[in-house]
Amino acid sequence: MQVGVRSRRARIGSAIFGYANLVPYVFFALFPFYFMLVTSVKTNAELYNLKSIPFWVQTGVIVDHYTFLFRKTEFLTWMTNSLIISVLATSISLAISILAGYSLARLRYRGVGMFGTAVFITYLVPPTLLFLPLSQVVVWLGLADTIWALVVTYPTFLVPFSTWLLMGYFRTIPKEIEECALVDGASRFTTLFRIVLPMAIPGIVCAALFGFTLTWNEFTYALTFISQSANKTAVVGVTADLIRGDIYYWGSLMAGAVMASVPIVAIYVWFLDYYVSGLTAGAVKG
Amino acid sequence: MAVRSDVVGMAGAPRPGLLTRLHEWWEQEHVFGYGLIAPALLLLVCLVAYPFGMAIYFSLSDYWVGSPGGFVGAQNYRDILGNEVFRQTVWNSFVFTIIAVLLKAVLGVWLAMLLARNFRFKRVVRGAVLLPWVIPTALSTLAWGWMFDSLYSVVNWTAIRVGLIDPPGPNWLGIAGYAMTAVITVNVWRGLPFFAIIVLAGLVSIPREYYEAAEVDGASSWGRWIHVTLPLLKPVLAVVILFSTIFTFSDFNIVQVLTRGGPVNTTHLFATLAYQVGLNGGNLGQGAAISLFLFPMLAAVVFIQLRFIRKE
Repeated sequence: MQVGVRSRRARIGSAIFGYANLVPYVFFALFPFYFMLVTSVKTNAELYNLKSIPFWVQTGVIVDHYTFLFRKTEFLTWMTNSLIISVLATSISLAISILAGYSLARLRYRGVGMFGTAVFITYLVPPTLLFLPLSQVVVWLGLADTIWALVVTYPTFLVPFSTWLLMGYFRTIPKEIEECALVDGASRFTTLFRIVLPMAIPGIVCAALFGFTLTWNEFTYALTFISQSANKTAVVGVTADLIRGDIYYWGSLMAGAVMASVPIVAIYVWFLDYYVSGLTAGAVKG
Repeated sequence: MAVRSDVVGMAGAPRPGLLTRLHEWWEQEHVFGYGLIAPALLLLVCLVAYPFGMAIYFSLSDYWVGSPGGFVGAQNYRDILGNEVFRQTVWNSFVFTIIAVLLKAVLGVWLAMLLARNFRFKRVVRGAVLLPWVIPTALSTLAWGWMFDSLYSVVNWTAIRVGLIDPPGPNWLGIAGYAMTAVITVNVWRGLPFFAIIVLAGLVSIPREYYEAAEVDGASSWGRWIHVTLPLLKPVLAVVILFSTIFTFSDFNIVQVLTRGGPVNTTHLFATLAYQVGLNGGNLGQGAAISLFLFPMLAAVVFIQLRFIRKE
């Protein structure tokens, strides 16, 4: 935001000021992850020793907490469950949202404004408002305590979000291109899939990334609808099933937290710019 | 596409087959429009609107897990309003929401201003700052739980070494005021990136010329902020604050993992209390009534959004 001619000293001063202020933020943001990682490779003797320095590993890095996780717990099952649920729920939601988003952004018919508002309102409905009745709905559907309970319910928050996000992307595509295709005799479906969708790919990738992240990270429904350990998701499995009684095994807990975060972090690092653009588009557009 | 069938009709062509007529019917803009929105509407009606109606019905009945009871009118509401724990929860929810949103707004705007400057490693820093928002909240909260451990808290360890507190230091998650501080800290930690990134987008969209003009007019940097940045940032800021308010107010993950509402219910929010009463306790009627208290806040946020913000 600096404009005009400024002295060299003022510029350097301002740069130092900027960095000095950013450092605490970056530290605050990253320290819990660093601490998670450090804790997961320490020996129990060091973890529970008041005299040791908690910030780094002193008595040697060990992988025991990780081997415990993979050999003695159902961690791999939880990861597989999470993967299946996230991929399915995201795909279903994406298919529904592409159609709905296109309809709301592009077509004119009676009630389109009202439907748009309805989608927007459901976007704001917090999952914690509906988790109790939904827990009964999944019982009636015969899906209680299975991963399908989550595959079915996750679209309730993904569809409003993705529809909203995709509406913004569809609106940026020039309408003339579609009109040309329609005039040339292409059907509406052909126009949507051959002309519009290829141009909206950044938006679709964005919606897919957010869908995957939100479902992988989801906690409320996953905790509420599933009680059997073998059907749990990674997030709930680590949070609930690695604590036996009131005893917290911090080493393996943190190893679980690290491992269950790895897929999300990998995707995030790879697609960072999509996350930033999706976050801004989803919240601000419209 | 109605035009096309008219043309066909006028030309006196033979009556088209069923398939063609179906196709023409489907190609009409409104039919196609309803067709595409139908799956989404079906989902939202069955799994959002209907459960919402059920929540209201539950809250008015004596409904327990596994035994649907009869209609009891406002009995559940009377019960919870007379309940000390519930009143504590209402208080907690407002304290939690107001402080957390305020902190996120102030720190978030400040962070966004820092990120808007030109500096090296901008992309990396931005990525690092956004990380808390991306990692599963329940898992990162678990790490915070370890950092606030009653015996081995790294927070206390550091504070003792620096000389801020006397050993052994407070049991963060076991003392009322401290536990609330802890859950607010984690919520701010987790929600700050969302604030900062959206405000940053708002900042970047402000045309540079405005600042140049203000500088020519002799505005100080504070003056530029008050008269240029803030007014132009207001719409974006309003949206983020509203979003953040509803999602902070309805938070579940952080409290559930960190304190489960304790110590002595001093960190319970509506969602965690509803979980405890409705699922752990099995009293779905009362649980539903508790979670429905989230609704007025949702309604207020939706109203403000639709009435004021989307108009602009």
